[in-house]
Amino acid sequence: MHLQVSQVSKSFGEGRDRKLVLDNISFELVSGQFMALVGSSGSGKSTVMRLIAGLERPSAGTIHLDGVPVQRPGSDRGMVFQKYSLYPWLTAAQNVAFGLSLQGRDKAEIRERTAYFLDVVGLADAARRLPRELSGGMQQRVAIARALANEPKVLLLDEPFGALDLQIRESMQEFLHDLWKRTGLTALLITHDIEEALLLAGTVHIMAPRPGRIVHSVDVQLDRSDLRHLRVSPPFLELREELASRLRSLDGALL
Amino acid sequence: MARSPALRRFVSHPWVLGVLGILTVFLVWWLVTSSGMVDKLFLPGPGAVWMAGTDQFQRGILVADAAASIKRVFIGFMISAGLALPIGIAMGTNRTICHFLEPLMALIRYMPAPAFIPLLIIYFGLEELPKVMLIFIGTFFFNALMIMDAVKFVPSELVETALTLGGRGLPILTRVVAPYIAPQVLDTYRINMASAWNLVIVAELVAANEGLGKRISLAQRFLRTDEIFVGLIVIGLIGLMIDLGFRFLMRRACSWAN
Ligand SMILES: Nc1ncnc2c1ncn2[C@@H]1O[C@H](COP(=O)(O)OP(=O)(O)OP(=O)(O)O)[C@@H](O)[C@H]1O
Ligand SMILES: [Mg+2]
Repeated sequence: MHLQVSQVSKSFGEGRDRKLVLDNISFELVSGQFMALVGSSGSGKSTVMRLIAGLERPSAGTIHLDGVPVQRPGSDRGMVFQKYSLYPWLTAAQNVAFGLSLQGRDKAEIRERTAYFLDVVGLADAARRLPRELSGGMQQRVAIARALANEPKVLLLDEPFGALDLQIRESMQEFLHDLWKRTGLTALLITHDIEEALLLAGTVHIMAPRPGRIVHSVDVQLDRSDLRHLRVSPPFLELREELASRLRSLDGALL
Repeated sequence: MARSPALRRFVSHPWVLGVLGILTVFLVWWLVTSSGMVDKLFLPGPGAVWMAGTDQFQRGILVADAAASIKRVFIGFMISAGLALPIGIAMGTNRTICHFLEPLMALIRYMPAPAFIPLLIIYFGLEELPKVMLIFIGTFFFNALMIMDAVKFVPSELVETALTLGGRGLPILTRVVAPYIAPQVLDTYRINMASAWNLVIVAELVAANEGLGKRISLAQRFLRTDEIFVGLIVIGLIGLMIDLGFRFLMRRACSWAN
């Protein structure tokens, strides 16, 4: 798998209302990689993701997935939104099965894969429950299972834990890290939270707003065998502080 | 009462309170009429109204009238609801269709449906068609515009999720939009059914051979206030049953939305 984002720009609006939201964004993502985009509100993180998902078209530049230009949404790019986006009338299992059934897969295959991916996210017991009967963290795990059930080439996560409270967020971060290690998925994570990005991603891009652009990139080399320990280890805290001060200076320059 | 929590809970139950409210009006009605303060011809008592009602029932006219009115409402409203669904969905999903139709519909919606009765009589005579048409005119535009609104408020995440899961076109309509708006569509129908039920009575007041509205206008001619009251109460009861029917359907079919 090879995702290539080359010199992508995006504007919204026409004429005098035209507004440049992304300016010349380039990066690459390869199989098994976990990448994060960090930036303040309005820096265009979601727009980058929507372009990759095919929900928007770039104004300039190209996006290729395995050499094929991205034209429209497709099941090879799974997406998880910040807002709970489960179908409220479907059970957890039916939600996970939704993509497969949209594609008209074989019933037995759907059943088997649904059970497998519910199990992967640790929710086999919740299969028959409706979304409103699940906690926020459980709902996001179902949303992740639903995206994974399609076996996408890349998983796009747009602040998936943004609406969760701190404690649950930490356990979800551990869950996601564990999932990545177990399944070897390729992920692009959007977050406000530098700590979250550093914990999970091998590569972190920092974005600045107006217009949205990548201003700094780091390859994170940390020992991730124990996330809880990592959170409070000196090299981690140092790196976190460095990136935080970069973000602060960006915001300061704008005020 | 303060000393018995069980009694207090019973009395404050919404159903109990509702029945109490209705009983209160009946009690006042009974007190006023049995005191002899008002002329019986003017305001008949509950007993006289009950007698008039059972009499109509035994002669078979009550059921025939109710059936005639219900049939008109049913046919007119089915056509209205059936056409409003695809058109409302089309308006909610397609900007061009919406811009083309919305101002027109919003305009017609504000024309009082009963004002169409003279035209309808000139065009279609005095038979069933003008009555059915009136119900259609009086509910279609509301149904369509309310369904359009329901479609517009489908969260974009739900549609976009389906797109990223490999969905396209019609399946997104049937498997995401339709289930999401189902509760609102049923509620729209429930609300507009009330105007359909009002309009059929208005139409029958003007011209009809049978129907609950027709019976009321006949009763007026013979100064049978008791029969007018029978008509009013039966109209109210049938309307209430239809409303409860829709609520029941909604609870059954859309339990996830509660
Ligand atoms: N469809 C659109 N039409 C017009 N402007 C848009 C549209 N989508 C996004 N924008 C604008 O683009 C800018 C970047 O938005 P985007 O949602 O990508 O930022 P973000 O980094 O994800 O922010 P947040 O952290 O708040 O989610 C914002 O100023 C937003 O108003
Ligand atoms: Mg965003």
